[in-house]
Amino acid sequence: MTCAKTGFIDRRTLIKTGLASAALTSSLSFTRRAHAADGMIRIGFVSPKTGPLAAFAESDEYILAGIAAAFKEGLTIDGSTYGVEVIVKDSQSNPNRAADVAAELILEDEVNLMVVSSTPETTNPVSDQCEINGVPCISTVAPWQPWFFTRGGEPETGFEYTYHFFWGLEDVISVFTEMWGQLATSKVVGGMFPNDGDGNAWGHPELGFPRPLAAQGYNLIDPGRYQNLSDDFSAQISAFKNDGADIVTGVMIPPDFTTFWTQSRQQGFTPKIASMGKAILFPVVVEQLGDAGHNLSSEVWWTPNHPFASSVTGQSAGQVATGYTEATGRQWTQPIGFAHALFEVAADALARSGDPTDYDKVRGALAETQLDTVVGRVDFSSGPVPNVSKTPLVGGQWRLGGDFKYDMVVTANGNASDVPTGGSMEAIS
Amino acid sequence: MDWINAILQGILLGGLYALFAAGLSLMFGVMRFVNVAHGDFIVISAYGALIVVAATGVHPLWATFVVVPGMALLGYVGQRILLNRTLGEDILPPLLVTFGFSIIIQNVLLEVFSADSQKLQAGWMETASIPINQSISIGVMPLLIFASALIVIAGLQAFFYKTSLGRVLRATSDDQDTVRLMGANNAKIFGYATAIASAVVGIAGVYLAMRTNFDPSVGPARLLFAFEAVIIGGLGNLWGTLAGGIILGVAQAIGAQIDPGFQILAGHLAFLILLVVKPQGLFPKMKG
Repeated sequence: MTCAKTGFIDRRTLIKTGLASAALTSSLSFTRRAHAADGMIRIGFVSPKTGPLAAFAESDEYILAGIAAAFKEGLTIDGSTYGVEVIVKDSQSNPNRAADVAAELILEDEVNLMVVSSTPETTNPVSDQCEINGVPCISTVAPWQPWFFTRGGEPETGFEYTYHFFWGLEDVISVFTEMWGQLATSKVVGGMFPNDGDGNAWGHPELGFPRPLAAQGYNLIDPGRYQNLSDDFSAQISAFKNDGADIVTGVMIPPDFTTFWTQSRQQGFTPKIASMGKAILFPVVVEQLGDAGHNLSSEVWWTPNHPFASSVTGQSAGQVATGYTEATGRQWTQPIGFAHALFEVAADALARSGDPTDYDKVRGALAETQLDTVVGRVDFSSGPVPNVSKTPLVGGQWRLGGDFKYDMVVTANGNASDVPTGGSMEAIS
Repeated sequence: MDWINAILQGILLGGLYALFAAGLSLMFGVMRFVNVAHGDFIVISAYGALIVVAATGVHPLWATFVVVPGMALLGYVGQRILLNRTLGEDILPPLLVTFGFSIIIQNVLLEVFSADSQKLQAGWMETASIPINQSISIGVMPLLIFASALIVIAGLQAFFYKTSLGRVLRATSDDQDTVRLMGANNAKIFGYATAIASAVVGIAGVYLAMRTNFDPSVGPARLLFAFEAVIIGGLGNLWGTLAGGIILGVAQAIGAQIDPGFQILAGHLAFLILLVVKPQGLFPKMKG
């Protein structure tokens, strides 16, 4: 039944897309513009507000309120003032649904610009819809490789309408090894890579962790790709124990990491370093480990201590984060900065476009973006491949204490020396 | 030694699967009713335990004393008011209604508790273990879960075979119409059955919450293993469900020992093989 339903959505999207292409082709002789006779600029925003990815979207309302306040008076472009309306649609953490709502935003709401955030499951289908329909799109919060290569990007040509800013796998590898180098270990690394998009990319023999780690003298024990939501990791734990692993790394989902970490302790496996992607991104997950979360390390995309400020509101990274805590009573999370930066890049491109209703002029302005945002400089001409701009990545450890149960302390900044460190690596006791 | 440890961990994991599955097995046994929202009910009780712990600050295990009666009451009321109306000759309405339930529950939980992943902290119990030797140690938590599964199933078995209500439930399972002719009220009996099943779901939920992170969307993933455990063991046979859980757990542990990629697959394969060899399950419910 699920299959039939998925097929139905796909077909519907296809028909809509097809109709749209037909409609667009018929008007191609003229400049293609979105409907904006009422002097409103519409920005479409697709975000996983419900479903397993919903934690990524938790700061959306706070960010959108800030953006709405900043553009209360409208956006002045080339002498005329336009009102700004952000239309938010929920992807329900489902790629098919994401494509579907993106098509709705393009065809029914006639948005002038699309922005999208939070994992390849959201960014890729929405970017694809925009590319097909020729609507400019900015995406973030997905490593650039799964955004670029998974969508069939060619490093020579890139894409026409879709742009992306975030970091890449190479940055995670260099941040992790920088952290590991700070402590004396056996240099034996246990790898926990699941059988999903991230796990296969991280564990890829050529493009992932294995090659660079071997080059730096680390011995990576990779027992193989496990399925997400496994209830037992004793096989991996005994393999790591037998080979004397001092370090574990990987890209696990939170429930699996908790199962793994608890079981490791039950089985007497106590590595000195645990550098995990994804699982310990959100502080609530670390809190739930009790005191066993102390000194877990991960890649860090953004903190309130990043020396950057918003180009729209002038707030520093620290002020954006504090504002979130004041508004919600919750600890800051890393996606906040990127959600804000998404709208910074959008407003900047619209402002420079000359005519926000003209898709191609907006696209042209977007391609020339050189903007200092709250997450760092976004410059699509400087990326590893066309259409991509890399933001700085550092590494850090969760430490007990501070205003909340755990604080993130930056311990490795080799990739971005302007981000201050808060200490050096400590072994897990 | 690693193999022995793997099998041991698999057996203990089987206890968890059996706890997840016991409620499902019971409802199917008595009512021929497949509850697609079973996994979501487990998540509800996990959130119930979370509320109790947050409100009182007690150890999560004590929350069982609130969650279990709470779930039993919820189960009884839900069955009387809603689910009884879906029962009949056609097996489709209960499936559809519980499928809808599953979606509604996930979204209500998301609205109320947000998407944050949650966990109950069991303190020292979480990481404590009994070391047997260098490569074998038995975690206290898995052992506790396994023991609970044994007690729950032994208790249910005793209830079904030693009490008069149990007798009525068994009779209903065998022949609903005849039981009605004997003067039993089916609607009420079904309510009791769901209440008991939901009480077991309550225990499973507390352990789920203590064992690892849960969030509103995690229920359906828990349903699959429960289904498989029920079917391997034989529909409606409670000891069979425990055996099914253990077979599933051990198959996964052995699969993982060969290659972690085989872990889940090995469980499914064991399920498929048993389905081919013994379509009735290992211990089909005795007729009589």
